[in-house]
Amino acid sequence: MNISQQIITIGMVVLGTMITRFLPFIIFPANKPTPAFVQYLGRTLPAAVFGMLVVYCLKNVQLLTGSHGLPELIAIGAVVALHLWKRQMLLSIAGGTAVYMLLVQLVFPAA
Amino acid sequence: MERTARKALHAAFPYTIPIFAGFWFLGLTYGVYMNVSGFSFWYPMLMSLTILAGSMEFVTVHLLLGAFNPLQALAMTLMINARHLFYGISMLDRLKGTGWKKFYLIFGMCDESFSINYTAKIPPEVDRGWFMFWVTLLNHFYWFFGSTLGGVFGSFLHFNTEGLDFVMTAMFVVIFLEQWLKEKRHYTAFIGIGVSVLCLLFFGADQFLLPAMGGILVLLIFLRKPLEQGREEG
Repeated sequence: MNISQQIITIGMVVLGTMITRFLPFIIFPANKPTPAFVQYLGRTLPAAVFGMLVVYCLKNVQLLTGSHGLPELIAIGAVVALHLWKRQMLLSIAGGTAVYMLLVQLVFPAA
Repeated sequence: MERTARKALHAAFPYTIPIFAGFWFLGLTYGVYMNVSGFSFWYPMLMSLTILAGSMEFVTVHLLLGAFNPLQALAMTLMINARHLFYGISMLDRLKGTGWKKFYLIFGMCDESFSINYTAKIPPEVDRGWFMFWVTLLNHFYWFFGSTLGGVFGSFLHFNTEGLDFVMTAMFVVIFLEQWLKEKRHYTAFIGIGVSVLCLLFFGADQFLLPAMGGILVLLIFLRKPLEQGREEG
């Protein structure tokens, strides 16, 4: 990507973010109830989108070659275990990332 | 007005202390991550100022490293940040009468500022508008400084940063898990993962996002009746 393509890409992200933040104030007058369909999406979309994002983060993991996704699997296990144990978001993220870095640097170094 | 503002700052600051810790850590990591991905500190600095949506900024690093596709960038932002629509809807009443601050309060409504402003019990003698303004501004400031510092000092790091990009995976796993623990039924979580994995297999790593987003929306729309019923029973 050249610099103007980068600026357009970042601009799209800014635009998208601003649409999601300003739209409710433009289309829903505060004194009227929110349409049921919008409320439904508000309840159901987050879990699906975050599931999609986890898959997105792992999209380049090769299960058939290299380390077979083992470092990712172990580190995600560490994140989940830490989080269920302490329920401290930062601790889970930092701990899982540290486990992953140790694994890819020391246990499964790329050939 | 100055006294009102100062009083609100005193009331608002303690609420932002946990965010202070979190944003410096995540912001620093994000700045370093951008740096090791080959971007100068200007990128995290300007992006933390203008986007102010942490998870989306991590994703933007990926977008910038991939092929130029503005439509996908926009669609992805809308999907990932769709939750902000619902923050806005919940804040419609609370932002009434905040005057010129309203524009900034909407602009800066990241997850953390929303959670504080939506839940905080603001003492009656404190001006609500100023309170929410300070919460939003302080959080914005923490994120901005963390990201910029990370971007500046990333180049001076001499330890091996290989694997640092896992911070984004870890973050989304935690958010996903939090969402999971909040819900009694997990149909939509399965829809999100299932559709994405299928699309990944069919379309490949570089092309699967748009079909996955479309598929999730279509399934949610078609399955509305059973999903809503499940909710009433559960």
